[in-house]
Amino acid sequence: MSPEPNAVDTVIDAVSAVFMVVGALMSLAAAIGLLRFPDLMSRMHAATKPQVLGLFLLLASVGLQLRTWWVWPVLLVAWIFQLLTVPVSAHMVGRAGYRTKHLHKELLSTDELEAVVVKAAKAARESEEDDGGNRTAR
Amino acid sequence: MMGLVLTVTAVALALAAAGAIIRIARGPSLLDRVLAADVLLAILGAALCIDMAVNRHLNNLMLVVAVSVIGFIGSVTVARFVADRREQPSES
Repeated sequence: MSPEPNAVDTVIDAVSAVFMVVGALMSLAAAIGLLRFPDLMSRMHAATKPQVLGLFLLLASVGLQLRTWWVWPVLLVAWIFQLLTVPVSAHMVGRAGYRTKHLHKELLSTDELEAVVVKAAKAARESEEDDGGNRTAR
Repeated sequence: MMGLVLTVTAVALALAAAGAIIRIARGPSLLDRVLAADVLLAILGAALCIDMAVNRHLNNLMLVVAVSVIGFIGSVTVARFVADRREQPSES
C-alpha cells in the first residue's frame, strides 16, 4: 500500500476490484450452467467461462494491484498457456462426448460432424468389403 | 474496499465450488464429471489469483499454471480412454 492514496490509486483499486468480482461471478455462472444445462455440449459451453475470461480478469487484477510493469509478461504467459491448453482439452472432451452419444440430437441446430462420420463409416465398410473382411482402422 | 471484494468473491467462489462438486457427485456420465472437475480446478485457480491480488504477492503464480496443467492433462487423458458402457444410447 502506498503511503498516500491518491486519485490514480483509487481508480486502479476500483478497476481491479470490479475485475475480481466479475471474475468470481464467471466461476459462479459456470457452476450454475453445469447444474442447469441439459447435456454435455451445453455444459461445456458454460464451463469455458472461468477458464478464459475469468482467468484473464483475475490475472489483470493481480497485475493492477502489484503496480509493477515486469509482472505483466509473466501473467501474459500464464494466460496464453491457458488459452493454448483449454481448446485442446475441450476438443477431446467434445469428441469423446459425440462418439459416446452424450448429447441430445434434437437440441442441436446443425450437426456438421454427422456427414463426416457417415462418410467415414461408408468408406470403412467399402474398404472392408474390398479387403475381404480384414479389419481396417477408422 | 478490499475486504468487501474479498467477501463477495469468497461467497461466489464457494457457491461455484459447491455447484461443481454437486455436478461431480450427480453427473450422469464420466465426461460430465471430468468437465465439472475441470471447472473446479478453474475455481481453485481463481481463488489463488484473488489471494495474490488482495494480498499483493506472486507466490501462487506457478501454482495457478500447475493447476491449469493438471486440468489439461486430466481431461485429455480421461477423454481419450472414455468408452460407452450404457445399454441404450442418447439418454444422458
